[in-house]
Amino acid sequence: MRWFSWLTSSAANTLVDPVSGRKLYPIDGGIAFADYHKQETADIPIRNVAMPSHYIVPLRVNPRFTARPIVDIGARVRKGEKIGESEGKFGVAVHAPTSGVIRDLGQYPMTHVSGLPALAYFIEPDGKDEAIEPTPYRGACDDTDRIRDFLQQMGLAGLGGAAFPSHAKVASSPVKTLIINGAECEPWITCDDRLMREHASEIVAGACDLAAAIHAQEILIGIEDNKPQAIAAMQAAAANHGTVTVVAIPTIYPAGGEKQLIERLTGIEVPYGHLSAEFGVLVFNVGTARAVHRALTYGEPLLERVVTLTGAADNPGNRWVRIGHPIAELIPEMAPKPEVDRYLLGGPMTGFAIPDLDAPILKGSNCIIAASPALFPPPPPEQPCIRCGACAPVCPARLEPMELYWFARAQQFGKAQEFHLFDCIECGCCAYVCPAHIPLVDYYRYAKSEIWEREREKSKAQQSKARFEFRNYRLEREKAEKAARAAAKAAETKRRLEAQAQESHAEATASGTNDRDGAASPSAPDANDAAARKKALVEAALARARAKRAAEATEPSGENRE
Amino acid sequence: MITAPYWRAPVSVTRVMGWVLLALIPAIVLHVIFFGPVLLAQLLLASVAAVAVEALLLWVRRRPVVSAITDLSALVTAWLLVLALPATVPWWLTLLGIVIAIGVAKQLYGGIGQNPFNPAMVAFAALIVSFPAELSRWPLPTTPVAWQWASFLGTPNVDALASATVLDTLRTAVHSGQAVSELLGRSPVFGTLSGAGYEWIAVAFLAGGLLLWLRGIIPGRLPFAFLLTLGVLSTLAWLVAPERFAPPWVHLFAYSTMLAAFFIITDPVSGVVTPRGQWVFAAGAALLVFLIRHFGQFPDGVAFAVLLMNLAAPWIEMKTQPRVFGEDHP
Repeated sequence: MRWFSWLTSSAANTLVDPVSGRKLYPIDGGIAFADYHKQETADIPIRNVAMPSHYIVPLRVNPRFTARPIVDIGARVRKGEKIGESEGKFGVAVHAPTSGVIRDLGQYPMTHVSGLPALAYFIEPDGKDEAIEPTPYRGACDDTDRIRDFLQQMGLAGLGGAAFPSHAKVASSPVKTLIINGAECEPWITCDDRLMREHASEIVAGACDLAAAIHAQEILIGIEDNKPQAIAAMQAAAANHGTVTVVAIPTIYPAGGEKQLIERLTGIEVPYGHLSAEFGVLVFNVGTARAVHRALTYGEPLLERVVTLTGAADNPGNRWVRIGHPIAELIPEMAPKPEVDRYLLGGPMTGFAIPDLDAPILKGSNCIIAASPALFPPPPPEQPCIRCGACAPVCPARLEPMELYWFARAQQFGKAQEFHLFDCIECGCCAYVCPAHIPLVDYYRYAKSEIWEREREKSKAQQSKARFEFRNYRLEREKAEKAARAAAKAAETKRRLEAQAQESHAEATASGTNDRDGAASPSAPDANDAAARKKALVEAALARARAKRAAEATEPSGENRE
Repeated sequence: MITAPYWRAPVSVTRVMGWVLLALIPAIVLHVIFFGPVLLAQLLLASVAAVAVEALLLWVRRRPVVSAITDLSALVTAWLLVLALPATVPWWLTLLGIVIAIGVAKQLYGGIGQNPFNPAMVAFAALIVSFPAELSRWPLPTTPVAWQWASFLGTPNVDALASATVLDTLRTAVHSGQAVSELLGRSPVFGTLSGAGYEWIAVAFLAGGLLLWLRGIIPGRLPFAFLLTLGVLSTLAWLVAPERFAPPWVHLFAYSTMLAAFFIITDPVSGVVTPRGQWVFAAGAALLVFLIRHFGQFPDGVAFAVLLMNLAAPWIEMKTQPRVFGEDHP
């Protein structure tokens, strides 16, 4: 097959999509799988699922932001009712998936590779599925700020997998090009394929809504060419929209990665640490586009998504699943075979084995694969790298994976960063082709987390140092201020005493009286005796210092007051 | 922890090495047809010795023995060393070569994947420095098989039945004042293009190498850059001074050239992995081969050229890092 890839790679430089007639740009690396395992589910219509015994609706909407709970335990809520208020720039609101009673607010297992729990509502449905009165968007279609706030209130987040808040993308407008991602490049997953086949017009409508909101001039819908029905459906839906172009792109994993799709369609390479909006491009998943349309037009918050149930199962297919549906209650839907030993969330290249099946479906949960040892055999033992270089040509970021592996293994994290470790998108292509069966991506994740840990340590140390230096500075300043205050006070006392002495002297001289005793002023036994006066001043200052020290000793340590 | 990807391509080091061994078979078959079965005895001896030395040292180093033996890398080194040596070298010399290649150049440096130098070439260089006479006697297609066996078993033998390589013959003659054109075709060492018999084995190396390239096991640019550079240099030299320099086809279809182009400089461990670096590596190796063949003291330059380029490999790699995705953008 070498000659074949050689021929196609040279042809790829002048690639034109036959569907749209658009020029396509070459992308680097990637893998064309022999079997994508999409046929298991791609031709089965999306179905609904039975209502579960409970919903676990997480308030933690993304790694950085957790919504603020606004409904008490025991309260009755209705479908679509807001139960979590968006917090922070990237936070989104959280809504009840059905009508029922809030039974608990606490830490529940989360659908995350770590398996760490997160704050969530436990909702017991009442079976009536009563919805609140919808509030569609009433503003202007190009009012970016209002649409941004509206989408935030509707809980819109990317349905492609990363669940990035949609309003935050909208906020980075204006851009030139809106890309709708229907590539769905990862094997097994067909939720976007089905959605495009069944709800093409809503996706196109959502794309137009988004384009108006972000002032985009063109809309490109990128779909891998292994989904001809989806392409046809989207083309039919886009026929009356002049600005929308449906583009069929070559099927190669990871062509649906955001950066890869942008490069394929526009030739723009978005570097690590930059947003695509800086280059005039924004990308939304097809599911997100439809959800935006439903929210704006019908006032529906983001409550459900399509989930692919596939793998070693007798009843695979795509399902409409509400956010918060416990995975354990979703699995029986696909009738898994007895040999299933674990469940993967996402595809086989970037997904993870679900650590706790009590965890719920989240906005980014696109696929559950019932994994059996026959479908996903345990990895063969790791062998030493022979530097065969098979990993480099498949890397979509043009990295040298074997060098990164070498540095990660040797804990030379600085060198790993020099060799652009953080440009790695963890697509897994290098590990897929490695003949020595090295879990390369694991090494990169390890190196990244070590570097982050060190950065944290460093910033912590820097903070401590800054705090310590500030404390020293503050103590110095306080000392100086105290000295200045004392000096001022001493000068004041001295001036007063002198004035007093002068006064009393004048008085004495004036009245000629003899009863001018120490009783008149204890601090001035002899106003004329300068030495005695000074001594009294010192004694008074000492007494004040003693009193102050005694007072400080009873107070908590000074550190806490900083 | 087992994390993504949960899928793997059906590839393994064993499979890679197996393809390399398979790609050597056409050359071995032709070698046996032209020169008789001595080569098979050498291959057998070298294979057994290589596995034994590897297993012993792995055991001494407390490393897993079975997984390292079954990757077939020791066999690849053994076969390449045997093919780099004249088929009629005494058995003890082959054995010594294996000990140097597997024991010193591979295991003492840390085993597979760790050796900075090509093990077969380290052994070849050590042997040609130590036993220049033995390594300069190459059998001819006319050499009787009985004589070859005698040579292999180490019995004292007569020089006249074996000969230097084509390039060695030419170099010696040119040094003694003869013109190349007078020599070509006048000696039994010459065939149609290059060495008698050996030129066809070179073609078999080419065929095996193309198979490896089609299977994606070796990058095409390494042999291409090597052969291109050597071809251009030898053509230029030949055009400028045809009486002093061999014609390009003698160089290109020399046995050692094709072996090096497809099986020696393509060793990934001691070579370069960056695409641009591979051009530099292969072209540099070809330049050194050309220089050593014409101006050096040894019969052939491949081993020294490859070892010198091995030395430069880390530096070449560092200087030829590809542009990362999104780099050089604002």
